[in-house]
Amino acid sequence: MKSFLDGLIDGSSLLQAVPRGLVYTVGILLACKAVLLLVSLFAGEIVWMERRISGRMQARIGPNRVGPQGLLQFLADGVKLMAKEDVIPTSADRLVFLIAPYIVFAGVFAAFAAVPLGAGLVPANLTFGLFYVLAITSVEVVGVIMAGWSSNSKWSILGTMREVAQVISYEMPLAISALTVAVLAGTLNLTEIVDQQQGWVWQWWVLRSPATFVGFFLFFTAALAALKRAPFDLPEAESELVAGFHTEYTGFRFAIFFLAEYAGMFLFSVLTVVLFFGGWHPGVPVSLTTGIGRALGFLVLFAKSAFFLSVMIWIRWSLPRYRVDKVMYLCYKVLLPWSVAAMVVAALQVLLTGGR
Amino acid sequence: MPTVLPALADVFADVFAAGPSHALLASMIPDLTPILPGLIFYGLAGLAIVSAVAAATAPKIVHAAFGLMAAFFGVAGMYALLGSDFLALTQVVVYVGGILVLLVFGVLLTGRTKAALGLERPTHVMPAAFAGGALLFGLLGAILSSDFGDGGRTMADLPEPPSTTAALGRAFLDPNQYLLPFELVSVFLLAALIGAAFLVRRRRDGQ
Repeated sequence: MKSFLDGLIDGSSLLQAVPRGLVYTVGILLACKAVLLLVSLFAGEIVWMERRISGRMQARIGPNRVGPQGLLQFLADGVKLMAKEDVIPTSADRLVFLIAPYIVFAGVFAAFAAVPLGAGLVPANLTFGLFYVLAITSVEVVGVIMAGWSSNSKWSILGTMREVAQVISYEMPLAISALTVAVLAGTLNLTEIVDQQQGWVWQWWVLRSPATFVGFFLFFTAALAALKRAPFDLPEAESELVAGFHTEYTGFRFAIFFLAEYAGMFLFSVLTVVLFFGGWHPGVPVSLTTGIGRALGFLVLFAKSAFFLSVMIWIRWSLPRYRVDKVMYLCYKVLLPWSVAAMVVAALQVLLTGGR
Repeated sequence: MPTVLPALADVFADVFAAGPSHALLASMIPDLTPILPGLIFYGLAGLAIVSAVAAATAPKIVHAAFGLMAAFFGVAGMYALLGSDFLALTQVVVYVGGILVLLVFGVLLTGRTKAALGLERPTHVMPAAFAGGALLFGLLGAILSSDFGDGGRTMADLPEPPSTTAALGRAFLDPNQYLLPFELVSVFLLAALIGAAFLVRRRRDGQ
């Protein structure tokens, strides 16, 4: 980001007249705004995608009235939600209740700062990008606790307890299975990890080592649980808990929770593509790093992540919900040992072959 | 109306043209670049101190926990500002994502007791104040007597620091540096974990 802004400053006499600090600040704010708009748009379209696919799976049509094929449905929904009354329960802890949605939202959106959406299309190209993404998404749980506790409702509290237990447990297999790629790649920088996957399909990390092959399935399963998607949707479990931790939320604040949830889906599908499936490289040896190729690379990445989003939606509408003890069993006795084993295999592979 | 637009365009062309008008523009905008890191530092320090005070004085224990979270974020931001990127993220993942969540989880599990509602008076105020004060003055003495040796440079003069993550990883696994302490701490934590699991295990023989 800094080098990009430096390039802009050097190229323009107008920007040279303006103080450098101002250019940096405004540039970073604009980048944040662009990411926010882009991700919000995608989250809205993922909602539409989910409703259409679930409609098809249940032999319905789904929303198809607003815009072509119903593509603008999320705008109509957004307007509707903003027009609704913002109800705050009288027994709620007012301040915490009001802040909570924004903490959840920030936890998800802050992660996008380090996630590359194309060659060079990353607001902050951090050397420890993977660690940053896994660390900052843990903030979301705090927002969920705030929402559930401050609502002062039994459903909210039950949903919060389940959510916290589930998410902090599944963080472990999630991080360890992502680390299989990091160990073999020798870097935590997501852009570098993608660039190592340039070339034919078998250069993708998922096919380069047994550790990463198993790691992908572990990562995707743990991501489903971390996102509270079915079959791990116990924290929301609408047939038991109404809506879990956001039972008491209405209107715009509910919309923020909703947006954060679908942005989280987009985040983890992009992360799956970046780590295991070649990022913006299409699987044939062409370079998509400059000019129009960069835009094409973005489309490739988007198409791949759309595939994983469809898989998430497909799983949600196919599988029944897990029982709460089975969720914990799956995490601690299946995913965690397997991910540690995959990590050990990856480490051995680095030791024996020098990592490549 | 059609004549206004070209006139406006002329005005903008004058303002943005190369030459002395740039100097005019530059003189109009105060250059805050050198004090920008300072501004960020004081913002983060303010966040940390205000939320720490809120955590210490909040009547409800859950509010105190949320104040603590903001304080953790302020401190993490300061670590990042000082170039300790790994430490900053570890602060977030361990304290916010781990310790704080478990703390609030514990409060939720114990329910709305007197302590959670803040109806109980704090006890042992004097020993706590004495211990806290002793720690504060000890730390102040250590800080004030240290020579940081920065030769009066400001943060803006410093180059962008390299990432510390790889260096820390090597230092932890180098037998000549921190391998032994690192492994000792790992074994200690494992022992604590097994001990905790032992304490809360289900007793099958009805003991």
